[in-house]
Amino acid sequence: MPEILVVAEHREGELREVTLQMLGKAAELCASHGLELCSVIIGDDVRKQAGELAAYCDRVIAYSDPRLAHFSAREHASILAGLLGERTPLLTLMGHSPWSLDLAPALAAKTGFPLATDCVDLLIEEGRPKAVRQIYSGKLFCRVAMKQAAGYLVTVRAGSFAAAVPSARQAEITWAPVPPAPALPLDREFVAYEDAGSGEVDICQADLLVSVGRGIGDEENIEPARQLAALMGGVLSCSRPVVDKKWLPKYHQVGTSGKTVRPRVYLALGISGAFQHVAGMSGSDTIIAVNRDKKAPIFRVADYGVVADALAVITALKARLSAERAS
Amino acid sequence: MTPLDIVVCVKNVPFTQDVDLVVDASGRDVRKDNLVYVVNEWDNYAVEEAVRLKEENGGTVTAVTVGGEDDEEVLRRCLAMGADEAVRIEPGNLRPDGFVTAALLAAAIAPLQHDLVLSGVQSDDLNQGVVGGLLAERLGLPHASVVDSLTVGDTGADLRIELEGGQEEVCRVPLPALLSIQTGINEPRYVSIMGIRKAAKKEIRVIEAGSLGLAPAELEPALIVEGLYLPPEAEGAAMLQGDPAALAEQIVRIMREKGVCNA
Repeated sequence: MPEILVVAEHREGELREVTLQMLGKAAELCASHGLELCSVIIGDDVRKQAGELAAYCDRVIAYSDPRLAHFSAREHASILAGLLGERTPLLTLMGHSPWSLDLAPALAAKTGFPLATDCVDLLIEEGRPKAVRQIYSGKLFCRVAMKQAAGYLVTVRAGSFAAAVPSARQAEITWAPVPPAPALPLDREFVAYEDAGSGEVDICQADLLVSVGRGIGDEENIEPARQLAALMGGVLSCSRPVVDKKWLPKYHQVGTSGKTVRPRVYLALGISGAFQHVAGMSGSDTIIAVNRDKKAPIFRVADYGVVADALAVITALKARLSAERAS
Repeated sequence: MTPLDIVVCVKNVPFTQDVDLVVDASGRDVRKDNLVYVVNEWDNYAVEEAVRLKEENGGTVTAVTVGGEDDEEVLRRCLAMGADEAVRIEPGNLRPDGFVTAALLAAAIAPLQHDLVLSGVQSDDLNQGVVGGLLAERLGLPHASVVDSLTVGDTGADLRIELEGGQEEVCRVPLPALLSIQTGINEPRYVSIMGIRKAAKKEIRVIEAGSLGLAPAELEPALIVEGLYLPPEAEGAAMLQGDPAALAEQIVRIMREKGVCNA
């Protein structure tokens, strides 16, 4: 029976959330198209994770070896290319994660299968998978098919699908023999995981975040924003471009590569709302967004929107609150 | 430290911040006649990193792009930043996606001396993020993506890879290697109009895609675009109106209703 294969992603003993989201969508597609759902896990001592996967699919294939303790695109691509050759799944799903940016192209190169990356929706039409991707930083959606092949590869954006619901069944776990390490290319060597750092403020604890993005225009506008945050009794945070430009240290950053926050109020000033940022703040109770571009994606998640220049609003808010203090 | 010969892959992309994109008549592409092109943001960081490594260690930087004559602008910018040579691969009638681009780049880069090949993590237009990984496979090089710190020594490169949630993976790769560079790794230098004008005198080597000896199947895009559409219009946000003072008044009121920003 043709199948969908989900490549489980895990780190430091835990399955990554995107794995369960892929299993959720895959289960739905399998049910409507009469496909089997298989998942594969590669690592060292992954008994626990394989056991968890067994509640979500028809079959689990596990490769376990001390050699595989740390993620290696070379090892994973080599093992998966062998597995895909044997099983020829119709569709193979991976998370669109930093690791998959290494793994998925390598697997596409080894198998010759086409690859659609960073997909936010998936469907199967006339026996072939199709995907919806975002292009131009989320300004447009793009529906794609893939060129005819024996199998198709897709990486899935985290948060695009609801997590799978575990069933009472326990799929059979097959412990597959681990093939010898590929000779080439030479591999990267794992050294350590490190935290990118904490600092003088913890944005995760704040009730009010005053958050600035590229739209504040200039480094000299950080200070007025900081003063505004102080006047409001809130904490200053920011989106990625502000950290990239070194205007604020990394521990201020909200988003997938920074912190996930859930304040009572999130005031977004000049933040366009790239999905990586939204993923880190959409759980806030109330979102107020200020942006010059009325089509900025931030307005899709905001409760209140203001189409205006962020600095003008910062200046007006400071004046309003300072006047109140003075009186 | 021995000198490094570095190849850096760059792309000219439409600047879309604060721009309304319009789907063209085919329904499968955007209208580009009204767009301004700029260097892909990730690639700008990769070029800066390449030039810095050359300045520290000696060696050369060669910038390579796939594109038409208009895209030579991005190469002139690289030359102005400190690249020594520039190569443009002319795609002719091809419509390169990430797969085709990687095939063309690999064929053009393979004969060049390369201790290090750098690319950006992804392009700002198609957002595929596949060129680095595919190119590494074709060139037989170890690869790391989302590199946000890089130090090169005699035996290899020490890297940091940006994972999720503020976590980083520290690792080493032997050279030669291909690294896909993340934004924020450095502070790209300012490029003056004068600098670009000076670079205009330097020669850009042009390679025709057809001369690279690639099979037709390798020049076929992996993805078939069926249609583009605008995201659904904003629904949730209640839009506040007024001059800045009136807006400030409303924002403060909303905040106080939610229990923050108390006087």
